[in-house]
Amino acid sequence: MATVAVDPRTEVLLRLGDDALVLGQRVSEWCGHGPVLEVDISLANLSLDLIGQATLLLGEAGDGDKLAFHRDVLDFRNCLLVEQPNGDFAQTIARHLLYTTWQHMLLQRLQQSIDKFLSEFAHKAVKEVAYHRELAVDWTIRLGDGTDESTRRMAEGLDWNWRFVPELFAVDDTLQAAIDGGIVPDPRSFEEEYRSAIGAVLAEAKLAAPADQRPILGGRRGHHSEHLGHLLAVMQFLPRTYPDATW
Amino acid sequence: MSSDWPLWEVFVRSKGGLAHRHVGSVHAPDAELALAHARDTYTRRMEGVSLWVVPSAEIVASDPDQAGELFEPAESKIYRHPTFYDIPDEVKHI
Repeated sequence: MATVAVDPRTEVLLRLGDDALVLGQRVSEWCGHGPVLEVDISLANLSLDLIGQATLLLGEAGDGDKLAFHRDVLDFRNCLLVEQPNGDFAQTIARHLLYTTWQHMLLQRLQQSIDKFLSEFAHKAVKEVAYHRELAVDWTIRLGDGTDESTRRMAEGLDWNWRFVPELFAVDDTLQAAIDGGIVPDPRSFEEEYRSAIGAVLAEAKLAAPADQRPILGGRRGHHSEHLGHLLAVMQFLPRTYPDATW
Repeated sequence: MSSDWPLWEVFVRSKGGLAHRHVGSVHAPDAELALAHARDTYTRRMEGVSLWVVPSAEIVASDPDQAGELFEPAESKIYRHPTFYDIPDEVKHI
């Protein structure tokens, strides 16, 4: 079932909704596997926040359940960063730091959207995401400035995810139309601020910024890494196998 | 890993004006993460408006073996309770 977005607003809803859904599903994979009980609960909370955001955004874009559970991988509009595998705890934290720092800056500005739904959504979600970012910052600093092993793992986790950051600031025609319409802020307007915010965290964590790699783009057009299909297989299995199931 | 982390006692104030109440404990490597763990473990259902965490090792407890000498003497001193006053009917909420 191909879902071709009809207008820039719907496309924006799908992009942000799929980001939240896929990252929420990813983080939920930690449930029951966290390094310690307290962290397990923290990660589950992050996941539930994100799935709540996805429910609102996809519900506004259309039939939320259908969009989440009955779309194929090529129709997903999330960025590549959020679908990256969890790896170890440090890699998960690196991904969360890089994504939620961007998401927080976006939501701060999205509160001024001329679109009433998006503005109200941003008001609610910005507080959740501020906490996500703070927790990711706390852990990045502790792991980066920790033991030899935690420093190495944190650096490797950042290195894995770094090449997916440029996609967060890429603007295609559809997004440009949404920006011109006052629906969403232009991510390029806070790219500098993002770089210096991440730089400040890495400095405090006594980590060097990873070397810039060839950026990988394409998630917003449905060109995903091999990881997303596996994630969707787990997430979509139940409602697709038992379409009449209720719970 | 968890066993390497110190234990923190968690206190939650459920709303303004009330006192913080002990609700349980969490493991955390330092005070800041102890607050984060306390927040994630004990205020998920809007239980609180304020959190305290205190290193469990910093709490000085009375010795259960001394319970007799500490607490029993109070048992026979009912005059310490304000129960010998006649309360006028008009006074409510006492």
